Amino acid sequence: MSTLIFFEHKNDNISIASLHAVTAAKQIGGDVVALIAGSSCTPAAEAAAKVPYVSKVIKIDSKEYEHLMPENLAILIARIAANSYSHVLAAATSMGKNIMPRVAALLDVAQVSEIVEVINENTFVRPIYAGNALATVQSLDAIKVVTVRSTNFDAVATTGGSAKIENNNGEGDTGLSKFVSTQQSNVDRPDLLSAKVIVSGGRGMQNGANFKMLEEIADKLGGAVGATRAAVDAGFLSNEYQIGQTGKVVAPDLYIAVGISGAIQHLAGMKNSKVIVAINNDEDAPIFKIADYCLVGDLFKVLPELKASLDNL
Amino acid sequence: MKVIVSVKRVVNHNVKIRIKADQSGVDLTNVKMSMNPFDEIAVEEAIRLKEAGKASEIIAVSIGPIQAQETIRTALAMGADRGIHVINDIEIEPITIAKILKSIVEKINSTICFFGKQAIDDDCNQTGQMLSALLGWSQATFVSRIEINDNEVTVNREIDGGLETIKVNTPVVITTDLRLNEPRFVSLPNIIKAKKKTIDQIMLSDLGINLSSHLKTIKVVEPPERKSGIKVANVCELLSKLKNEAKVI
Repeated sequence: MSTLIFFEHKNDNISIASLHAVTAAKQIGGDVVALIAGSSCTPAAEAAAKVPYVSKVIKIDSKEYEHLMPENLAILIARIAANSYSHVLAAATSMGKNIMPRVAALLDVAQVSEIVEVINENTFVRPIYAGNALATVQSLDAIKVVTVRSTNFDAVATTGGSAKIENNNGEGDTGLSKFVSTQQSNVDRPDLLSAKVIVSGGRGMQNGANFKMLEEIADKLGGAVGATRAAVDAGFLSNEYQIGQTGKVVAPDLYIAVGISGAIQHLAGMKNSKVIVAINNDEDAPIFKIADYCLVGDLFKVLPELKASLDNL
Repeated sequence: MKVIVSVKRVVNHNVKIRIKADQSGVDLTNVKMSMNPFDEIAVEEAIRLKEAGKASEIIAVSIGPIQAQETIRTALAMGADRGIHVINDIEIEPITIAKILKSIVEKINSTICFFGKQAIDDDCNQTGQMLSALLGWSQATFVSRIEINDNEVTVNREIDGGLETIKVNTPVVITTDLRLNEPRFVSLPNIIKAKKKTIDQIMLSDLGINLSSHLKTIKVVEPPERKSGIKVANVCELLSKLKNEAKVI
C-alpha cells in the first residue's frame, strides 16, 4: 500500500495545505510519496524531501508544469498513480479541487471529496449538505483518489525528513489552456486557511467601507478578515473572503462573527473553530446557538469599543 | 455554437435536512426541491451568451427521477431552448454522471458545457472536471468572468488567494462560481412558453454505460452539536474571558 500526494507548491516553496494531507496519508498507512511537478522546482522538491513521513519525492521539472494547469498535470499524475499506488491524495484547496477529479476520471475511479476523517485504508468520513450530515463512505476502487480538508488534519512539520528525490519525465504540453496572470489580494494579512484569528462580517456590516473596522481589529490580533456569502453577494468584499459551504472552510483558534446571523451555509465553514465569539444586535440570531461568547449589541457601538480596548491591552 | 448546461435537482437550500433513522441517508420525502443554485448561474450565463449572439442553441440536461423534468422546465423558462432528461432512479456517482454526459455531448456536438461548480447536496465538486477529462477538453473551473473570442475563451477563476486569469481553447467545460452573474427571475409568460419547449427523454439503461458503483455509503449521521456558550455583558467582559478563560488572545 502506498500513497502518492500531489504537493502544491510555487516552484520555490511548498504549500502548507499539503502538509495536512501528509497527516491523512500517515493515518491511511503505507508509504508516502510526494509528487512535485513544476518548472525549476528543485527548491520545492528539496523542501518536500525534508517533510517527515515522506519516503520519496518524485520530481518532474518541465516547462509545461510551470503554472500547474490541470489538463497537463492530470495526465501526469494519472500515469504515475496507475503504476504502483493505492491512494492519490491532495489538499482540498481550490487547486486540489480543480485537478483531482480530472485525475480520477482518467483513472476511471471515483473521487472521495474533502474527507474529515480516515476510518481505515478504504473508508472515510466526509461532510455533505453543507456539513449538516456526515457520510461514511467506502471506496471500492483499486486506486482511491481523495481530497483532504485541511482543518481536520494537523499539518506535519517542515523539517525532520530526509527523503530521496527521484526524477521523472513530463508528458508534454496538451496546449489546452494557458496561464495569463494571478491577482493576489490580502497580502498584508495571514491567509484565511492558516490564520489563528479570523474577524468576519455579515450583512449587518451594511457596506464594504465598514469592513475597515473589522480589518483594524484583525490587525490588532494578527488575524485575517472573512465574510459571509450574503456580504460577498452584496458586494461588500470579494469572493476570496467568503467563508462557508461554497467558500472556504476555516477552523482558527478564535473566530469573531460580527453582524452575522448564522445561516447554515455559513456555519458549515466555521463551526469547527476553537472559540467562537458572536456580536449581533438580534439576540435570537442562530449564530448565538453555536458561539462560546455571545455579545448582544449594536456592532457600530461595540466595534469602536473593542478596538479601543485592544489598543490598551 | 451549441451550449449544454447540466442542471441538478437538489434539496432547496433553505430546507433543514433530516437524516433517516436507519442512517442510510437523508430523508427526501415531502422536501422542497429546487435547481442547484450554482446551476442557475450556469443557465444564466449560457442565456447571456445566446443574447450576445455567441451561442446558437442552449440545451439543458438533467439526469434523475421523473421529477427532474421540473428542473429542466425551470431552465427552459429562464431561456434555454430545449431539454434532455436522462431518466434514472438509482444513486449514481459523479464519474458515472460524467460518462452519461459525455455520450450526450458527443451526440449534440456542443462547444461549451456549463456546470455549477458544486451541487449543494453531495458537495462533491467533481462532475465538470471529470467530463472535461473524459472528453480531453480544456477546463475552466470556479469562473467569475467569461470573455469569448472565436476559439479562445478568457476567464477569471476564483482561487484561494484571489483571482487567476487563464485562456482556454474551445471546446471547454466551464464551472460557475457565485460572482459570475445574478440569475434572472422567471416570469409567468416564460413559464407558460417553456411548457411548449421539447424535452427529449432517454432511459439511462439505453445508453449502455457501466453503472457499477465505485463507492458504498456505510452510514449518514448528524454532526456532533456544538454546545451553546454564555452571554457576556460588554466588551470588557468579553476580552477578559478571551484572555483568562479561553486563552486565545
